[in-house]
Amino acid sequence: MISKYVVPLSISTLAFASAAHAETTPAGHGGADTIATAPTAAPAFPAVSPSPLIAAAATAQPTGDTSIRPFTFHASDEALAEMKRRIVATRWPEKETVTDQSQGVPLATMRDLAGYWGGAYDWRKAEARLNSYPQFITTIDGLDIHFIHVKSKHPNALPLIINHGWPGSVLEQTKLIGPLTDPTAYGGKAEESFDVVIPSMPGYGFSGKPAATGWGPEHMAKAWAVLMKRLGYTRYVAQGGDWGAFVVDQMALQAPPGLLAIHTNMPATVPADVQKALDSGTGPPAGLSAEEKRAYEQLVRTFKQVDYARIMGSRPQTLYGLADSPVFLAAWLLDHNDADGQPAVAVFNALQRTSSTTGELTREEILDNITLYWLTNTGVSTSRLYWEYKGGFFNAKGVKTPVAVSVFPSEQYEAPRSWTERAYPKLIYYHRAEKGGHFAAWEQPQIFAQELRAAFKSIR
Amino acid sequence: MSDLRPPTPSNLPETVAPERAPASHGPTANDTFMIGAAASPLSSGDESIRPFRANVPDEILADLSRRLQDTRWPDKETVADSSQGPQLAQLQELVRYWATDYDWRKGEAKLNAFPQFKTNIDGLDIHFIHVKSRHADALPLIITHGWPGSVFEQIKLIGPLTEPTAHGGQAEDAFDIVIPSLPGFGFSDRPTESGWNLDRIGSAWAVLMQRLGYYGYVAQGGDWGAGVVAAMGRQAPAGLLGIHSNFPAAITAEVGAALGGDKAAQATLSQKEGAALQDLGAYVQGGGLRYLEMMSARPQAVGYGLTDSPAGLAGWMLVHSGFGKWSFGKDPEQSPTRDEVLDNFSLYWLTNTAASSARIYWENRSGNLLSSADQKSSEISVPVAVTVFPDEVFRAQEAWARRAFPKLVYFNEVDKGGHFAMWEHPMLFAQELRAAFKSLR
Repeated sequence: MISKYVVPLSISTLAFASAAHAETTPAGHGGADTIATAPTAAPAFPAVSPSPLIAAAATAQPTGDTSIRPFTFHASDEALAEMKRRIVATRWPEKETVTDQSQGVPLATMRDLAGYWGGAYDWRKAEARLNSYPQFITTIDGLDIHFIHVKSKHPNALPLIINHGWPGSVLEQTKLIGPLTDPTAYGGKAEESFDVVIPSMPGYGFSGKPAATGWGPEHMAKAWAVLMKRLGYTRYVAQGGDWGAFVVDQMALQAPPGLLAIHTNMPATVPADVQKALDSGTGPPAGLSAEEKRAYEQLVRTFKQVDYARIMGSRPQTLYGLADSPVFLAAWLLDHNDADGQPAVAVFNALQRTSSTTGELTREEILDNITLYWLTNTGVSTSRLYWEYKGGFFNAKGVKTPVAVSVFPSEQYEAPRSWTERAYPKLIYYHRAEKGGHFAAWEQPQIFAQELRAAFKSIR
Repeated sequence: MSDLRPPTPSNLPETVAPERAPASHGPTANDTFMIGAAASPLSSGDESIRPFRANVPDEILADLSRRLQDTRWPDKETVADSSQGPQLAQLQELVRYWATDYDWRKGEAKLNAFPQFKTNIDGLDIHFIHVKSRHADALPLIITHGWPGSVFEQIKLIGPLTEPTAHGGQAEDAFDIVIPSLPGFGFSDRPTESGWNLDRIGSAWAVLMQRLGYYGYVAQGGDWGAGVVAAMGRQAPAGLLGIHSNFPAAITAEVGAALGGDKAAQATLSQKEGAALQDLGAYVQGGGLRYLEMMSARPQAVGYGLTDSPAGLAGWMLVHSGFGKWSFGKDPEQSPTRDEVLDNFSLYWLTNTAASSARIYWENRSGNLLSSADQKSSEISVPVAVTVFPDEVFRAQEAWARRAFPKLVYFNEVDKGGHFAMWEHPMLFAQELRAAFKSLR
């Protein structure tokens, strides 16, 4: 008999539609792993023959349901105990045959982490923190979308939707909620307040897992416009890093009414001739400034380190271990082939940090994120986003709407102002932050919030 | 009797806990009776050849079955085919069978039906099967497997090669067979230090054949085995009469240029040659080699998943092109059978060689197995024989092989078989080897 955790039977491990929310939950609404019907448009993916409608389980929501249903997450004791049992029972390979990270996250690091994760680590703290924010589920294009929605008490707060990336989650952005919605308590002014909407991407966190192809960044961008409209916002801004940056670029390209501007901390600025040089490996084109050459070198290095993205982009369904082995999931989420520090240096350093009085990332927070992936069984579904999107990562996309850019010093590449101005003709803000890396919002929430305040000042 | 050396601090890898794991967790590789222990410095200098017999403890088999049954599954792929990887339903069915109906002891018995040995070479205990033909002047032949293969792929060749008269051949076609497990694979030791690249393995195999008393022999390999025989061909140890490859490094500079889109180079190709390159290009463009790139870059990361999750191990290995046409056991005429594939996967699991086997990619990451420049084919001074199987992702062409190998003595294209040709069509493969090496006897 196959594991009792076969989707959708794993509903029982997540008390999703609990009795407390029954009044807004139509009868029969299923669990967190709600399976969507296929989107109405057939995906235009050349390498794959058109897929038939694959709905692993019919959604219980009537089509066209626009209700917004309150949500809290409560992992069952059983699910948590099972996770720990698996961690403790991990079957380990031997040590790598090198003394550095050139073969992957070292065994000693993983064993240390597993020792804590399978022992004293307590998910309930993160769960309580998450549940302290208003969370909701709404169905868009047949898929349940989870989001945090916090309104500021200040009038004229600017609505802002923030999109996380991989291997991130809404947990990355929760530290922004206070500084953004309650600025006066965090060194800011009332005029700088935001209403914050933080969705989990399809296939991530508490959102549904698409059962058919088609949920790439373009589709997500459309969904976010629907979401903001559904929330009653007629003017808003959007922010994203990592995959979130791709999504907000798409939102800007789609230019839905209401979208005033976007902010990105991983902007797509690479000019066509530079992209060509990168693709062919012929070396940087002539005439690059020092800053541009540096960015070029960073990109060369980045493209050498994204093997994980390439296997996820081609065969996400080979990664069965991500659902079955917590330690593999953790290693996969931690390993970005960045022996020289990019992009996950902050995450790596955090593994050694058990607490911080200065707000630095801690081991706890890293595990909160990994545990979220585990409990929602989204290791493989999150990988499929790489398979869905076949566009370029950093090349300029032709965005014409207002864009604000923050460049963090340890990002995969530091976008030069020259490229940024060309890629985003309506650049309303460009600033090099003093510190922070790829997971800037997670690592430096205060700095990040200040960036957003400054970035959107001009369009309020 | 299994190879259970008493643990001492020097031969315990770091992962072994000083005390046994609690009984409720069952045995894991952390326990002290690991099947394939890491290299023991106690054995350096020891040239003895010790008989070996596989005998996996019952608890380890029970642990595997339990883990398989406890598999936690992801959701289903979003496509109707295997373009995203092995499909959920198919893998679930395979795992169900593996957990409850599959019997490792039958596979183990297949191996134990042949004489097996271990001998220490260059600090590692190397496992090998060694079957001598009863025919006089049998030609000694060492056959090397690849990834995700093992000695299980080659055992069906033993009969046809060592006893040709019982398998449609003549006494003059007899071979003595030596089938080693690569370092870090199967019952061979797992290296604890880096450096076990193809050259080092090639040298070790020359030592092995010499230690077995062979003064004249040939070598065969596909996949990583092809890289090993290429290394042997360059090293040209005394005694090596020739090599055979079914994964030849025949992509010369011009062929590589054509593959890369150079119009002038493409114009020189025949239609057949062009089609071969197109198919290889499509395979690569379609993401066929991404698993390889990942293993070349991050073998340890991959290793965690394949060591802790047997479904994860199968799911990762099944993405290999060699399984592209495998029917998961549905086709009763097809070889390998479901049991045979599971014998192979089980061997990786039971010997805890998922990570160590991935490291062969890391060790040799700077060279492509099919590139004649990378494999330095021009330096292979011994005779080279090539068989091309139609379903291999790279169908080498004779003109390319002639340019790549200074001494091409045999080239043949057959009409069936793919990457695991030896496993799929052992008789055909045996016939090829008889023909290929005839002129070298």
